[in-house]
Amino acid sequence: MKKEAGISVLLFALCAVTACLNPKFISPVNLTNMANIIGLFGIFSIGLGLIIITGGIDLSVGSMFALGGVLLSIALREWHCPWPLAALLVLVIIMTLGWMHGWLITRMRIQPFIVTLCGLLLYRGLARFIAGDATKGFGNCEGFELLRDLARGKLLGLPMPFILLLVVAVVMWLVLHRSVYGRYLFAVGRNEEATRFSGINTRLVIASTYIVAGLLTGISAILFAFYTNSVSPSTHGNFYELYGIAAAVLGGCSLRGGEGSILGIVIGTALLQVLQNLVNLLGIPSSLNFAVMGAVVLIGVLADQLFQRRAEKKLLKS
Amino acid sequence: MDAPLLDLRGISKRFPGVVALEDVSLSVGRGEVVALCGENGAGKSTLMKILGGVYQPDAGEIRLEGRPVVIPAVNDAQRLGIAFIHQELNVLDNLDVAANVFLGREPFRGPFRLVDRKRIYADTEPYLKRLGLEISSRTRLDKLSLAQQQMVEIAKALSLNARILIMDEPTSSLTLSETDRLLDLVVELRKQGVSLIYISHRLGEVDRCADRVVILRDGKNAGQLSRQEISHDRIVGLMVGREIKSFYVKSNAAKTPGYFKVRNLRSSRYPARAVSFDAARGEILGFAGLVGAGRSELAKAIVGLDPCATGEILLAGQKLALRTSRQAIEHGIYLVPEDRRGEGLVVRMSVRENVSLPWLRRFSSLGLIQRERERQVAAEQVATLKVKTPSTETLVLNLSGGNQQKVILGKWLSREPKIMILDEPTRGIDVGAKAEIYRLMRDLAESGSVVLMISSDMEEILHVSDRVAVMHEGEISGVLQRADCTEANIMQLAVGRKVPAALPAFAE
Repeated sequence: MKKEAGISVLLFALCAVTACLNPKFISPVNLTNMANIIGLFGIFSIGLGLIIITGGIDLSVGSMFALGGVLLSIALREWHCPWPLAALLVLVIIMTLGWMHGWLITRMRIQPFIVTLCGLLLYRGLARFIAGDATKGFGNCEGFELLRDLARGKLLGLPMPFILLLVVAVVMWLVLHRSVYGRYLFAVGRNEEATRFSGINTRLVIASTYIVAGLLTGISAILFAFYTNSVSPSTHGNFYELYGIAAAVLGGCSLRGGEGSILGIVIGTALLQVLQNLVNLLGIPSSLNFAVMGAVVLIGVLADQLFQRRAEKKLLKS
Repeated sequence: MDAPLLDLRGISKRFPGVVALEDVSLSVGRGEVVALCGENGAGKSTLMKILGGVYQPDAGEIRLEGRPVVIPAVNDAQRLGIAFIHQELNVLDNLDVAANVFLGREPFRGPFRLVDRKRIYADTEPYLKRLGLEISSRTRLDKLSLAQQQMVEIAKALSLNARILIMDEPTSSLTLSETDRLLDLVVELRKQGVSLIYISHRLGEVDRCADRVVILRDGKNAGQLSRQEISHDRIVGLMVGREIKSFYVKSNAAKTPGYFKVRNLRSSRYPARAVSFDAARGEILGFAGLVGAGRSELAKAIVGLDPCATGEILLAGQKLALRTSRQAIEHGIYLVPEDRRGEGLVVRMSVRENVSLPWLRRFSSLGLIQRERERQVAAEQVATLKVKTPSTETLVLNLSGGNQQKVILGKWLSREPKIMILDEPTRGIDVGAKAEIYRLMRDLAESGSVVLMISSDMEEILHVSDRVAVMHEGEISGVLQRADCTEANIMQLAVGRKVPAALPAFAE
């Protein structure tokens, strides 16, 4: 809980400073916009967080967005699939890719980094090939207005992605922090061997996180496709996996596994998006965007290390 | 007469709570092979670690060629010409032979101090020749057999001008013919004037290559035998001569023989050796043997943690399919593993979470954990086992060894065990907690469980077991009834010899 409190303070401080320097920050338009983006990034970051908690990593998320977006557009506009079928198709395909990653990692014993790095290259290439390297769009969404509204509309004045994030966060909070499965995730991340000795099928636990993350990535893929409204396969979703990893790490996940929380991941996502917004609003050259993000993640993790060390020293003294 | 090459005099070493060595002396002459024998924990490793600069002796002196020396660090042992060949190989298998031999001492060349490749290979060859090793110095280590890798280590020792070579269980992972070659090499090195200290449990090897045998027992010199005097019986006699007070109390539990049967169980460590035994309901069956006899592997095979294991397991006449650890646990067959922190516990989780880990599904409805029930069960175990912990929420990391072990026991005791296997249950645990664990094992047996206890502590085996099964190189070499459980009998079986009192491990 301490970690979440720490970055919450950081988040509020950042918001306050930005609001003081540029009141536009708290304008309804800007806040709605930001809620939308936090929703988009938060959903898949939670999935990525689960993988990181088991001690794994997924680098292929951004390429999955490109592949999913391209397929969604083709299914809706060229094959004229009914939209529920098209959406289901995207979800199933991305979950299948997740299952394949899990299988390669647990059965073939290939490192998660390698498996998903290959995925990153493979799916990006496939997306570009399938689309003929052309941008795929959704036109005026004839016949699938409902899907568009689900992805891009508003409910009670809040953007849909943000509402979906709230739902996903609550469900996944129950799964991670209250369910048997969630306990297994932490146990596997902290000591896979001892977990196996307690009669738990650790391979199944690990592989399943890639499928669950696949579902969340699939949902995000649909939302992102409608957010940009056109999918250019060579750039769509580039680097997004890194945003997710950065959010999870800022939120208290350890890449060694066994640490992390849903609340932390959500706050971490929000923090990163506020930073981006701040760069825009304060007139910092947007070329510095990545540099600012990198610096803040580094400072956040460094501060956490220093606090931990101090706490350990205190413990030793007492 | 010349001073011996190496002379250890009156070495003592204490660790908190234990005297590891007391007034131990050992001398080695030039070109002499001295075998060092003793039970597990007799002090052999401690003595060698003192020689290697890992530990400092509390008393006594080390003389090399008659001059007193101190060995403050590992490098100093190397400088003095003392080299170790350990049980576990210490090589980098992604590098070639020459790179391993000259690791850290590579010859340089040119202004950029690049490795002089020509010279490193040329310099390696003579050592390989000297060992009669027909491999190229350019071969990568992972292309070599274990025995050849070991030879490379010896070549490295020779290149360091080692005068004293200490081999610690060098043949434990070698095949018979490889062992033969190594022993030939020992003889050859002796001819070349190298002195050797040869530590082995295998008396046949000692018999073949040693000029003299020095036997340690309980951290003291138990005696030595010259070449002519070496015989298995005399070595074992000196190893076990100590007095052990037995606290064994005959249990009055009703026993059901043949309740638990294991037939032709083969573990992946010893695929060619089949193990069969019977255990009675209500008894504590001790598993004795020297380190590496395959006892832990047997335990893991029984509880379904060895995917390559084959064989049959029968509980109360029923054949069980134990392909996974889940199945074993569902049948009430539990293992308290040797490696407490690596395999027994998730140390960065609380006492509560560790106790409930195998049973989470029983503590849940609709997949959600009912924390209150979980906490209650953990609290019950903490209370009955008297675990010293501030609360059930404390991380296991912060508990002492004895209390950590109790948490593992609590995990399994929270559902009645039918078969409880404990692997080195009291290693590294203080005396008080030890006594509690012994009582607990007895209570378990009396309440109708089968308790299988693997232990390398002779005292513990004699103290607790109703019967003792002794293992030797992957097989049960005999089972001793309580009346025949003497240290001498157990040691004889542990080194693979026959004992008239020993019974077969099972009856059809």
